[in-house]
Amino acid sequence: MIGKTLLVLLCAVAFQAHAALDPAQVRRLAADDSTEKVAAIRQIAQTADPDAARLLTAMGDGNLYLANDKALIIDGDKAVDAATGAAVKMPAEPESVTVNNRIRGELANALAALKLFDADPAIRLASAQKLQSNVNADMAPLLAKALEKESDTRIAALLTTAHAQANLGNADPAARLAAVQALAEANSPSIKAMLQPLTDKAGEPEDKVRYAAIETVKAIERRLAMGETLGSMFSGISLGSILLLAALGLAITYGVMGVINMAHGELLMVGAYSAYGMQSLFRAYFPDAIDWYLPAAIPVAFFAAALIGVVMERTVIRWLYGRTLETLLATWGISLVLIQGARVLFGAQNVEVSNPSWMSGGIALMPNLMLPWNRIIIIGFALFVLFLVWLLMNKTRLGMFVRAVTQNRPMASCVGVHTARIDTLAFALGAGIAGLGGVALSQISNVGPDMGQGYIVDSFMVVVVGGVGQLAGAVWAALGLGIFSKLLEGWAGAVIAKIVILVAIIVFIQKRPQGIFALKGRFVE
Amino acid sequence: MRKPFILRLLSSLDSKQWLALGVFLALALVAVPVLHLAVPEESAFHVSTYAITLVGKIMCYALVAVAMDLIWGYGGILSLGHGLFFALGGYAFGMYLMRQIGRDGSYQSDLPDFMVFLDWKELPWFWLGSDHIGWMGFLVLAVPAAVAFVFGYFAFRSRIKGVYFSIITQALTYAAMLLFFRNETGFGGNNGFTDFKRILGYGITTSEMRLVLFGLTALALAATLVFAAWLVKSKFGRVLTAIRDAESRVMFIGYNPLWYKLTIWVISAVLCGIAGALYVPQVGIINPSEMSPGNSIEIAIWVAVGGRGTLIGPVIGAFVVNLAKSWFTVSFPEYWLFFLGLLFIVVTLMLPQGLVGLWKKVMEKKGAVA
Amino acid sequence: MISYLNPAPDDRPEGSDGIDQMGHFVTGELDLSHGVALYLEDITVSFDGFKALNNLNLAIDAGELRCIIGPNGAGKTTMMDVITGKTRPDSGKAFFGQTIDLTRLTEPEIAHVGIGRKFQKPTIFEQHTVFENLELAMKTDKRVWKSLMAWLAGDERDKIAETLRLIRLDKEADRQAGLLSHGQKQWLEIGMLLMQEPKLLLLDEPVAGMTDDETMRTAELFVSLAGKHSLVVVEHDMAFVEKLGGKVTVLHEGSVLAEGDLATVQNDQRVIEVYLGR
Repeated sequence: MIGKTLLVLLCAVAFQAHAALDPAQVRRLAADDSTEKVAAIRQIAQTADPDAARLLTAMGDGNLYLANDKALIIDGDKAVDAATGAAVKMPAEPESVTVNNRIRGELANALAALKLFDADPAIRLASAQKLQSNVNADMAPLLAKALEKESDTRIAALLTTAHAQANLGNADPAARLAAVQALAEANSPSIKAMLQPLTDKAGEPEDKVRYAAIETVKAIERRLAMGETLGSMFSGISLGSILLLAALGLAITYGVMGVINMAHGELLMVGAYSAYGMQSLFRAYFPDAIDWYLPAAIPVAFFAAALIGVVMERTVIRWLYGRTLETLLATWGISLVLIQGARVLFGAQNVEVSNPSWMSGGIALMPNLMLPWNRIIIIGFALFVLFLVWLLMNKTRLGMFVRAVTQNRPMASCVGVHTARIDTLAFALGAGIAGLGGVALSQISNVGPDMGQGYIVDSFMVVVVGGVGQLAGAVWAALGLGIFSKLLEGWAGAVIAKIVILVAIIVFIQKRPQGIFALKGRFVE
Repeated sequence: MRKPFILRLLSSLDSKQWLALGVFLALALVAVPVLHLAVPEESAFHVSTYAITLVGKIMCYALVAVAMDLIWGYGGILSLGHGLFFALGGYAFGMYLMRQIGRDGSYQSDLPDFMVFLDWKELPWFWLGSDHIGWMGFLVLAVPAAVAFVFGYFAFRSRIKGVYFSIITQALTYAAMLLFFRNETGFGGNNGFTDFKRILGYGITTSEMRLVLFGLTALALAATLVFAAWLVKSKFGRVLTAIRDAESRVMFIGYNPLWYKLTIWVISAVLCGIAGALYVPQVGIINPSEMSPGNSIEIAIWVAVGGRGTLIGPVIGAFVVNLAKSWFTVSFPEYWLFFLGLLFIVVTLMLPQGLVGLWKKVMEKKGAVA
Repeated sequence: MISYLNPAPDDRPEGSDGIDQMGHFVTGELDLSHGVALYLEDITVSFDGFKALNNLNLAIDAGELRCIIGPNGAGKTTMMDVITGKTRPDSGKAFFGQTIDLTRLTEPEIAHVGIGRKFQKPTIFEQHTVFENLELAMKTDKRVWKSLMAWLAGDERDKIAETLRLIRLDKEADRQAGLLSHGQKQWLEIGMLLMQEPKLLLLDEPVAGMTDDETMRTAELFVSLAGKHSLVVVEHDMAFVEKLGGKVTVLHEGSVLAEGDLATVQNDQRVIEVYLGR
């Protein structure tokens, strides 16, 4: 039946350049029954006629009417015959053709299919991509036709899989087998789902086709599993880079200076709100350069957090050196003040910070493995900050002084190091790095007054596991914790993973109280 | 020539302190009930339900503060996870209260409402016996003790101390909070337990029940103070403070600090569990937010404000901070966190000995002038 | 040689901690039958590649008073750490008497079997009174339950009073220990050591910060203790060492450089080189 109609239609295309559409088919578009409408839409789409696109668009817009048993397109005060395109007199009481959701979806598909014949390769490509996930058996001839005409290899490859998918339901076993074999290289979960019914006897009576389908499904599963593993590795590294950014500042203030700063998470928050502030500023004054707000936020966040760090150090922490438990309580107090401050200034609700356009999207390595740009950039940023810290601590005078002061304060003071100033600078540096971490966080998580609280336990875990006074330890610990928790999340869920990690750390500390990179010697205690 | 234990207990407080304790108990057990029940509501002397609930709640907090002081003030170990033990005691008693609801819940089922909601058909094994007040009373003590023992044994054996220990206790309570937030854990998820109806068949919201709970809390607080006074005055208490001041010396004269720390740690946890069990019926709700790290660290500030290393300090601190909190949250809710934050800073910077230390200083100055 | 170092199997502590589940000590009895109180053999301790002790061998006789001298960094303090269980040696043996393997015991267990230590920097309980310091140190059952129920008996008070007189702090008994002078703190720590009734006393620079008079009295005290106790004294003050009289061991770079009476050691060419040639 379909074949016959198609033949008729093909003839129509061949011999009638204009008024190509069969009025009977067009009339069926206005049928009462949705199923009949769907059939008509599919058949009209097969014509690959430019008029078909116009007609279906009009139908989608709700401009198709029925009057005197004839389908009309009425746009404003003009009415044309839907089949021929000839202008007709405005009917007295046109009846609107109902377009429900099912019809709307069908129309969208049909229009996408029609775009396969567009002159612009870009439009054809987009259409072919769209069809990858929505193909029905009726489209097979249309796709075959498009494939025949297609010269662009990339589009042709997409059309091949779409065509094969459409043919999976073909009545001819040979066509089905060809379709299954054509999909052997596929690696998307949706194709796997499509092939699934063909792997059992009820779905596929023909043995040969069924075996081929089973093989293909297995091959796709193998490729998908690899993508999933790589995916959780990547999110593990990504989480690790975030933990690293959160913990690097702490590695300086706690790891090197021995100052326990419970307000560290709130310094991250300050950094994130700096990003929000710069975004608002750019939106208001430089809307054209909005994509640049993020690079501009980096120094702002650094100095904002560092400034708060200086104030904290000068007013509170300075007076509590050597009294770690008191420092812990006082800095907790500071964190409460900062949280409430953010609430008063920006409101208790989360604020919206959006990715600049160059950070959205990503690299699709596999159909189920997408590496988002914002995550990749944050990993790079974490490495950059790590390099900067390493440079600062190991290659500059400031770093040398910091290490000198932390190793032997009286001696450093004797050789002329301003120990008080070094303390302030080092603390400000740690705070500033937390601010940088906050900018990165603003790109992937909620920005709100409480956001820092969630990171304080994690960051301390990184420093504790990595070993106090060890930058390298912090790096390995952050990566290890990140990957380990993402892999765990894969099979146990996020909450259980978090609990397991915390318990594992508690057990780990039992065995190695000094962290991965233990300091040994008589000065340990 | 050994003194009987009861005499030693009696001699842990001097006569003035016994008198103060007696006055406190007389107020709580006689004056408050009379003023609540016998004095008409219009009278200025009437003690309102609100006041009883508030003071009862703060007495629970004071008990926690004393427990915290034993481990921090005397043992030198700052725990940031005491909210966990408090919550465990509260949950254990809360389970009993949930069972006492019986079929009066929204779903008229024998199971607690949240289980019906989860489509559970029967009680999980750990709810076994939860309708017996004796068993649950035992769990109020045993669960915090067991958790504290296991955690403390491993932590102290590895000689984890100072800030390390504090951070790990914080992680512990954080992990427990996440666990209790899950519905599948079987403790009502993030809603926890609430809508209690009765204890031992008596209505929980009646004035009489409120007064009984209030009186029990006062007794528990008084008993804890006597017990703690005896504890810190015993040789055990002296070894404990010695460990706080010079742990290696203590080891080299032959004491194993592990068992001393573990003992005070478990005692402290059990006291918190008792406080939690008394708190839940008075406040009428227990949920996982009691285990949030912020709550536990707040306990430390009660102790610090009052004055650690003294026994009356934590009680004073718990009352001062929590009365301030209930006043602020009604009058200036935005400023409460600012106040609390500044309190942390000011107390650690300027009042290391807390209000008790300040009082002593003022008295000394007076003494010097006179 | 080796055979008598091996402890009798029965006396071996249970488990690596030497503590059973209830926290009781299960260490062997001290056996001084062969006349050796402390025996160190081939002890090596290294920190990040630096060998603080390098194949150290040392034997202290029962009742002996031994002085250890040596330049800074010779390993004197590390040696004491090994004996008292604070540092575990990388290799080597450390025995107290015939049967007690020190490398398998914890600090409190080592104190319990009869080794007392005085630190270089006086460590006393500054918040406690002088009396309480001695009370805590007193030889007794030091388990938790006993401490909870402890009540000083008359003879115990007498013992504390006696020690207070010996260290000349009887007038300061109720004073807070942190308020004592440096020399008094040194004496208090020695007093605490005596309250422990140890068989072996390790004394790290016991007279640092003392007046000459105090130093001489300390020397007299130590000499009187020798015989009943074994003493190991680390000291820089040569006059004090001379006054003590006993055998002298010179440590250098983690091993024994010379051993003998003070005059022999002082004339040893290598010792002179180590002390003067630097």
